[in-house]
Amino acid sequence: MRNPLRSEAESFRFLIAVIVGALVIVGAAYLNTWLGVAAAVLAVAGIVWWLKDEPVPGAHDAPPRLDSATPPGTHRVLVVAAPGTSSVQVDARATEIVVVVPALASTVESLTGAVDDRRADAEQTAAALARQLARDGVRVRAEVGADDPVLAVDDALRTFGADEIAVAGDERLVERIRGRATVPVSQV
Amino acid sequence: MASYSHAEPVEHVHEEHPPEPHYSSRVPPSVLGMFLFIGSEIMLFGAFFTAYFFVRVVAGTAWPTPPFHLPIFVAFVNTCILVTSSFTMHWALQSVKRGNVWGLRAGLLLTFLMGLTFLVTQGREYSRVGFAPKDGAFATIFYCLTGLHGAHVFVGLSILLFMTIRAFRGHFSPEHHHGVEIGGIYWHFVDVMWIVVYTTVYIL
Repeated sequence: MRNPLRSEAESFRFLIAVIVGALVIVGAAYLNTWLGVAAAVLAVAGIVWWLKDEPVPGAHDAPPRLDSATPPGTHRVLVVAAPGTSSVQVDARATEIVVVVPALASTVESLTGAVDDRRADAEQTAAALARQLARDGVRVRAEVGADDPVLAVDDALRTFGADEIAVAGDERLVERIRGRATVPVSQV
Repeated sequence: MASYSHAEPVEHVHEEHPPEPHYSSRVPPSVLGMFLFIGSEIMLFGAFFTAYFFVRVVAGTAWPTPPFHLPIFVAFVNTCILVTSSFTMHWALQSVKRGNVWGLRAGLLLTFLMGLTFLVTQGREYSRVGFAPKDGAFATIFYCLTGLHGAHVFVGLSILLFMTIRAFRGHFSPEHHHGVEIGGIYWHFVDVMWIVVYTTVYIL
């Protein structure tokens, strides 16, 4: 639904719609009070329907793909894995690794904020994968990401310039992440 | 949508890092702010409208309770004044966008004067309406709803006063008029709320 108070011009347009609705209600109420009530219900429904179908500017535009840059002599790998992933393999050239595990929560859990258990699962997986990937000369960091894996990648790429992204997930997720990042994305 | 989207470091295996910043959000701050504003206003007015519907529909209280009468015509004239003030507000903003400084000043001044007229008329209506908030549920709800809206008009008038002063001091230009834009949104919102209040309290 489009926010009717996004700008002065839009709120003025919304006001005009409300005036028209009010005139219909007043006209109906002049004949009969209950007819006015019915007109009010219809007017509110009509305005909501109008706002619902109004396109939000830019809402359907694809977000720009995220580019990343790394210092010379380093090879940074961003690993994205679902909670419960036991092991991953990354490029041997990696000098820095960030492991991001999204705290996957259901809609109800997200809405109610009952995500503590999901975050604990993600923390455990991230820490275990970081221990597995740690070796001499490689810096490894573990993070709990957003509840959407693509958003978690989005967040991570803003602070960690990666040369490649390794995804421990299905092909669909890999494709979604490819749509967001310009760096190579591989399925591991 | 309730969601968190920050990444927290869990374990630093080989190196310590400074604290991570709060990253992206699914809702831009400006949109979130407006949603919170609208949400809080809906809850505020919604509470009073709930009381109104309870008194009128559930309790079946006569509206207006005899022997009282609502000054429908005066309120209608007041409504016309307030609606017109939204048009002058819109004119003021269109003027500043086109670089017409005097249009902006005239628009804001007229908007302020009409808003003031609305508030003064409402105050006069209170003194002549013949009932007080203590005179039953109908009177209480009437004063609460119209009074709550009046408080919003007062806030809008305060904003308009500063906007008008700033306009006369040359603070706004076609490139920089954010203060007029935001004030305009608020004024139209106040106007929309009055139409809803007038329709439900005076007409239905």
